[in-house]
Amino acid sequence: MKRSKIKLMEVCGTHTMAIARFGIKKLLPEDVELISGPGCPVCVTSETDIDRAIEICRMNDVIMTTFGDMMRVPGASGSLSEMKAKGHDVRVLYSPLDALSIAKKNPKKKVVFMGVGFETTSPTIAATVLRAKEEKIRNFFVLANFKLVFPALRAISESKKLNIDGFICPGHVSVITGSAPYERIATRYKKPCVIMGFEAADIIKGIKSLIKQIKSHESKAEIEYKRAVNRKGNKTAQDILGTVFKVEDTEWRGLGVIPKSGLKFKDKFQHFDAEKEFRIKIAKHKKIRGCICGEVLQGLKAPRDCKMLGTACTPSKPIGPCMVSSEGSCAAYYKYER
Amino acid sequence: MKDKITLAHGNGGRLMHELIKRLCLKFSNKILDEMADAAELEVSKKSLAFSTDSYVIKPLFFPGGDIGKLAVCGTVNDISMKGATPLFISLAFIIEEGLPISVLDKITQSIKEAAKKAKVLVVTGDIKVVEKGAADKIFINTSGIGVIDHSGRHIGAKAKAGDAIIINGPIAEHGMAILNAREKFGFVSNIKSDCRNLNFEVRKCLRASRNISVLRDPTRGGLATTLNEIADSSNLGIEIHEDKIPIRPSVKKMCDILGFDPLYVANEGKFISFVSAKDAQKVRRALGGSARVIGQVVSGHKKSVHLNTKIGSSRILQTLESDQLPRIC
Repeated sequence: MKRSKIKLMEVCGTHTMAIARFGIKKLLPEDVELISGPGCPVCVTSETDIDRAIEICRMNDVIMTTFGDMMRVPGASGSLSEMKAKGHDVRVLYSPLDALSIAKKNPKKKVVFMGVGFETTSPTIAATVLRAKEEKIRNFFVLANFKLVFPALRAISESKKLNIDGFICPGHVSVITGSAPYERIATRYKKPCVIMGFEAADIIKGIKSLIKQIKSHESKAEIEYKRAVNRKGNKTAQDILGTVFKVEDTEWRGLGVIPKSGLKFKDKFQHFDAEKEFRIKIAKHKKIRGCICGEVLQGLKAPRDCKMLGTACTPSKPIGPCMVSSEGSCAAYYKYER
Repeated sequence: MKDKITLAHGNGGRLMHELIKRLCLKFSNKILDEMADAAELEVSKKSLAFSTDSYVIKPLFFPGGDIGKLAVCGTVNDISMKGATPLFISLAFIIEEGLPISVLDKITQSIKEAAKKAKVLVVTGDIKVVEKGAADKIFINTSGIGVIDHSGRHIGAKAKAGDAIIINGPIAEHGMAILNAREKFGFVSNIKSDCRNLNFEVRKCLRASRNISVLRDPTRGGLATTLNEIADSSNLGIEIHEDKIPIRPSVKKMCDILGFDPLYVANEGKFISFVSAKDAQKVRRALGGSARVIGQVVSGHKKSVHLNTKIGSSRILQTLESDQLPRIC
């Protein structure tokens, strides 16, 4: 009798890319299948959130700033990169703190930071907001499109369509959150969780631990990245996040609205909220015909199932978000595995 | 958007190649169609190598060099990749009004030093000044001419099956040094651009073996893109080994942190030579300590480059598609 496959999901986009870059899939036993999950912040940012950023960017007195990855993501009316080519002021930053210097240098402009990311990135932006408050910078705003990893893991664990046997858990996020929240996923849903680093040896060792747990019918949260992650995580970063943001329902591309999965400004910090400052109405987005990114993000389909990949959709002319981000699963497949 | 030039048309990737092809078609001739780093001009039995390049870089000064040194070395290197001895270069400035003369002086001093080192003469030049905002501080164009000493051999765009591939030193230094200087990350590091003239190293290489088929400098688009161009033009496959590719730990770390693949990062002082397997070690020794044999040309998997990874797996190495951008997390 044929054994059924062991399905492991790599939650994080950096893992997706590392696995492809090292060629790890080719070395795994045939009955182990790796599925990419929703852990690329660019990919899961909803079309509405991107359209909002683009509309704000069209305004004369605005300097739009963001991380490089966001530049090429297409919304209904183009991407930030296209806005830049049309002459709008869009700048790529490496640290959100740079947005504050820009705001100070341009007191007559409104400097907006398009904030996306998981628990890894959001604390640095929360810290930037605290700094802006302290320095009384009034022309700095953030589009808060931050997401939390655990509600997505819960949604995937509860999905009847997808039967994941275990999670390859993100190393960077876990530095902040610690391993404790995974314990609940492991026990409640009987899904083994192993936190891994990003070197080839980290990933291979972590996959081995996952398979060992699955074969012995265990489901624990383990850390295979002890040089960076502990059980409690980074308390300072967690506190900063809690000071500035509150948890709300939010829309994920491909996954829909997940309850309590996003971070928005607390009332005390509302004057930094770009959504409130600009109040833009965004028309409902039409689904892109033929694009299967939604299913890819849920692990229901693989990039190789897409008919547009490599023909209509390439990294220079991406159609779906999974091709745009350097850590998206379609980009990883296009670049390393085709 | 389709009718506008975007930054992606200048990044060394696929769009740039499409644009170059489109423009070149207008001027199509036997010499240009070879699409080499420099043109080979036959003038009464002797051949000349002729090449041109424009230099736009931010910041103008960076660890390991500046726009002036780059403008000399870049053109000298392109000519050298044809196996030619570079002799003369032209120098044209497009300057934005308001540039301090002291900056121009510093740049020209550096051009003087680089030209002296490479043993080339600046024989003609031009200056244009444009309104503020019409250029970014200073742009430089240099063209260069070199003489090809054939001695019965031809350095071309085509590799041969069985050729070994040699690189003269560690990769990705120029691109990461520029990024570090431009964005002021504050990486406390010794990352310096590898910007330097390669004509004398190329000479050593050519003296060591008569069986060199291709010389190329992997600048924009990095090693991966250059190897793909060669695989494509030779209609052969290329195989390289990840653990043989030299890279400094500090450069690798910076790439890791930003999520950059060093194989796609620009170099300005590196070249790869394709040489018959029997001469590979001879050429490597001639190039000195940090040169490495990194792979070979194979007759299988035509027009594609395969990378054997450190952990014993393999994958395809594609051409750079779009600029590498730092990852979010």
